[in-house]
Amino acid sequence: MKRTLTLLICAALLAGPAQAARIIYQKPSLYQNVTVTDDGSRICMQFASRGRFYSQQSCQFKDDPDRLVFEYARLAFAGLMINPEPSRVLVVGLGGGSIPRTFRELFPEAKIDTVEIDPAVVEVAERYFDFEDDENLDIIVKDARVFVKQAGIMKRKYDYIVLDAFNGDYIPEHLMTKEWLEEVKAVLADGGVLIANTFSISDLYDNESATYESAFGWIRNVKLDTGNRLILTGNFEPVSKEDMLARAERLDSERFEPYGFTLRWIAENVHDEADWDRSARVLTDQYAPANLLQGRKSGD
Amino acid sequence: MAYSLLVFLLALAGGFSIMSIEMLGGRIMAPFFGSSIYVWGSIITVFMVALSIGYLLGGQLSLKNPSLRKFGALFLFCGVAVLPMIWVDQPLMNWVFMAVEDVRYGSLIAATGLFFLPTVAMGIISPYAVRLLVHSTHRSGSVAGKLYFVSTAGSAAGVLMTSFYFVLWFEMDTILLLLAGVLGACGVIALIGASIIGEQAAPPEAR
Repeated sequence: MKRTLTLLICAALLAGPAQAARIIYQKPSLYQNVTVTDDGSRICMQFASRGRFYSQQSCQFKDDPDRLVFEYARLAFAGLMINPEPSRVLVVGLGGGSIPRTFRELFPEAKIDTVEIDPAVVEVAERYFDFEDDENLDIIVKDARVFVKQAGIMKRKYDYIVLDAFNGDYIPEHLMTKEWLEEVKAVLADGGVLIANTFSISDLYDNESATYESAFGWIRNVKLDTGNRLILTGNFEPVSKEDMLARAERLDSERFEPYGFTLRWIAENVHDEADWDRSARVLTDQYAPANLLQGRKSGD
Repeated sequence: MAYSLLVFLLALAGGFSIMSIEMLGGRIMAPFFGSSIYVWGSIITVFMVALSIGYLLGGQLSLKNPSLRKFGALFLFCGVAVLPMIWVDQPLMNWVFMAVEDVRYGSLIAATGLFFLPTVAMGIISPYAVRLLVHSTHRSGSVAGKLYFVSTAGSAAGVLMTSFYFVLWFEMDTILLLLAGVLGACGVIALIGASIIGEQAAPPEAR
């Protein structure tokens, strides 16, 4: 009996993630279970466990905390080729706080607002990911739709906005509609840049792309073969891959190296062509079944 | 027989509509108040309070010459009371959003403005239907049980159809318009039924 149990435990451990990650902290919140794991080299924040499958939210190298672990987080700095010196930054979705912290370190003078709906995420980011707010880095615990609407009423403007609010399993549907993006556009300064992290591989990819395109008029994909896709757009004239490569040439700097990216690498992953179905239905506040569409693959 | 079938069908439609609207409530309010847990808290609170008042009111109304005709009129009123969710929701929520800074109370006020009246009206349906069908004290519990069964099963269907399918098939305002249409049609059917089948509510028991 005891032996069977031991075998079972061993089997369970072997079936786990490639590197056996140790759970060092767990906090159930109103929105998800926030789990912190340590796999020896990295500390990670994970949400929504499905059996033993976790969605990685945010990771940090223990011996090199500045270096951005995930490629999508590095690509989020694509906007620096549009706006090399952002002064008012908005990041929607905190995670471990790697993106806002990188902005804070690269641009000490910039005012950075980070909006996160879940207070448990903020607590974990502070406790395990050395995330700290200060006079230039503000953390606001609020639904992003409410925050942006209020910012719009107060006529606040940002010159660099990063949308990173989706946790992999569940999409807040009111943050994927044309009306929401129009509200975001309204708080984006002239010349301001928007970077949105998307992860869709299902039918939703087409709807999501069409929705961004309809709100901003044009979008560019910053996309890796691994499936990471960020949308680049904003209140400025459309840019091509060629433009981006030229700008990267001019603006690349050694100071990005500690974070694990070069502007050239980002520019190389910009795609001019639209690889989505442009006739896909635009998502609106009236029609926003993002989670139902996410579950569908073409042909269903 | 046709009479009680009609009343049961109306109760089914009422149960369906209430929960379909409640499911859409979160969607209606999210653009202004987000989808935090307190938004659902506001919506469910308003529905529960409104339903409890509706039950009380329905019981009182059933004391005074209950009739299928009045029951039909109630459904017509329910259908009309849904319409502001389509046409007044944006200005109402905008006004509340500007006036009340705390989104918890903002969502509670907006949910009250949008859902309270139609939900009170729909709460009247069940106790009133009991009165229309009960002919003897002996069978009153059994009739009430069947009515709760039918209307709650309708509610379950309303939740499922709305959250699984309607939001994928239709725009939100289309769903609300359909629900208003169904409630209105129920009213018309009840009125027609009353003139064809006639009224069969038992007279008040002699003291």
